[in-house]
Amino acid sequence: MTLLDLSGVSFAYGGGKCVLHDIDLAVAAGSNLGIVGESGSGKTTLLKLLLGLERVSTGTVSFRGETLEPRDRAFMRGFRRSVQAVFQDPYSSLDPRQRVFDIIAEPLRSLKIETDVVGAVAGALADVDLPADAASRYPHEFSGGQRQRIAIARAIVAKPDLVIADEVVSALDLTTRTRIIDLMRSLSSRMTFIVVSHDIALVALLCDRLAVLEQGRIVEQGATRDILARPAHPYTQRLLASTPRMPQRA
Amino acid sequence: MSPLLSVENLDIRAAGRTLVSGVSFSIAAGERVGLIGESGSGKSLTALAVLGLLPETMRTGGSIFLDGHQVIGARDRDLVPLRGVSVAAVFQEPMTALDPLMRIGDQVGEVVRRRARRDGHKPGTTQVRASVLALLERVALPEPERIMRAFPHAISGGQRQRAAIAMALACRPKLLIADEPTTALDVTTQAEILKLLQGLVSDEGMGLLFISHDLPVVATIAERALVMRHGELIETGPVGTLFDHPAHSYTEGLVAAARAFDAALEIAP
Repeated sequence: MTLLDLSGVSFAYGGGKCVLHDIDLAVAAGSNLGIVGESGSGKTTLLKLLLGLERVSTGTVSFRGETLEPRDRAFMRGFRRSVQAVFQDPYSSLDPRQRVFDIIAEPLRSLKIETDVVGAVAGALADVDLPADAASRYPHEFSGGQRQRIAIARAIVAKPDLVIADEVVSALDLTTRTRIIDLMRSLSSRMTFIVVSHDIALVALLCDRLAVLEQGRIVEQGATRDILARPAHPYTQRLLASTPRMPQRA
Repeated sequence: MSPLLSVENLDIRAAGRTLVSGVSFSIAAGERVGLIGESGSGKSLTALAVLGLLPETMRTGGSIFLDGHQVIGARDRDLVPLRGVSVAAVFQEPMTALDPLMRIGDQVGEVVRRRARRDGHKPGTTQVRASVLALLERVALPEPERIMRAFPHAISGGQRQRAAIAMALACRPKLLIADEPTTALDVTTQAEILKLLQGLVSDEGMGLLFISHDLPVVATIAERALVMRHGELIETGPVGTLFDHPAHSYTEGLVAAARAFDAALEIAP
């Protein structure tokens, strides 16, 4: 089933220069999609369109077959229940004055989801492998990796179908990064991820489909395996060749 | 021959806490050494200690011999000539290394002038300009004439890092310290900067201390690597040996994680 579908999407900020051109992209339930691009590629703008934070200039974005209408509040409430996001900086995305419990419970409140809040928060904390007593503490008491787990717990507490992860491990150390990737992999059995990153290796670890974004255009998309095995576009080839590798074992 | 840099039993303490403890290593002239560590490992503090740039609130112990001079306990007035002749540094964020209100050409020119004064010369405007142009060409900046007149905000991140490298080169240092110089850059830009650094260091015969959390990047540029954790140096060796047969379980974990990323890209056709 197609969750999100972009068809012929272009976007320009305030009548300015076009930053996204003719984007066709579909996200199917159960199949993680990776979007790879460098700075200036338009990935942040694309992310805003996917989250319904900006309106497309031309083309359509549809969610479960219905056109996304950012001004339709009832529709957007349903959309937000199904689509959540996690961002790059675990130090700025959590309110420092709120306890972890309130941070994680926030989507339940704002989306007016009638549920056992205490149970839902406890479940989300368990899902991200944080101890139950984390709920009564504040964000500053946690490391970067733990904060990112809190942000993930907040994203999954309302049991969304789709989680958009924007450079979620870029600010983390290598060992922490690996653990967060493992967590996202295990959560992938219950929800679909869109992983936006500059790091093609990260995307390859998590996603079976891949779209390569360069200067506002998708220059290549398809199964990750196929693209890695036979990158067709010169930019994809350059991206792969530029990614530093470990030396071969002697 | 005595090494270019010799760090013996370096301790750094602040507010009753030990941040770096018992770190010893040396770098020979022309040698490229990588310093690997995660956040909080003390790798940048170690670099700042070598530069004599630690905040005054931090207390240092041990010894740092740089190009025949003791850095620890030295007066700043004695360190100033050492920085910019014996050692120069390039940091992660080129925007903070460059003066936003000064044209690139003037910033590089200032370093060229200062370096010439140290050698007892007083170059004229034309001479400085020619040196600046040569340096900008050296770091492969496109249209060096235009970049010379540009302010930092008007050029890209990769170009700013090249300009920062040009400033370091203008010092003709014996040791270049590069602290995460490519972390803020795109991978394609990173590949270019690494290639540039490698070429420059070997052409000029400079020693290099390259600090990074990224193992494959260190493998690309360094011959030998040091691994730091919690303020201590836990392992050191030639990059090949270190990554093939890590002795410490922590290094082993880092290597395994880095190889997992590689493996994700190595899908057989």
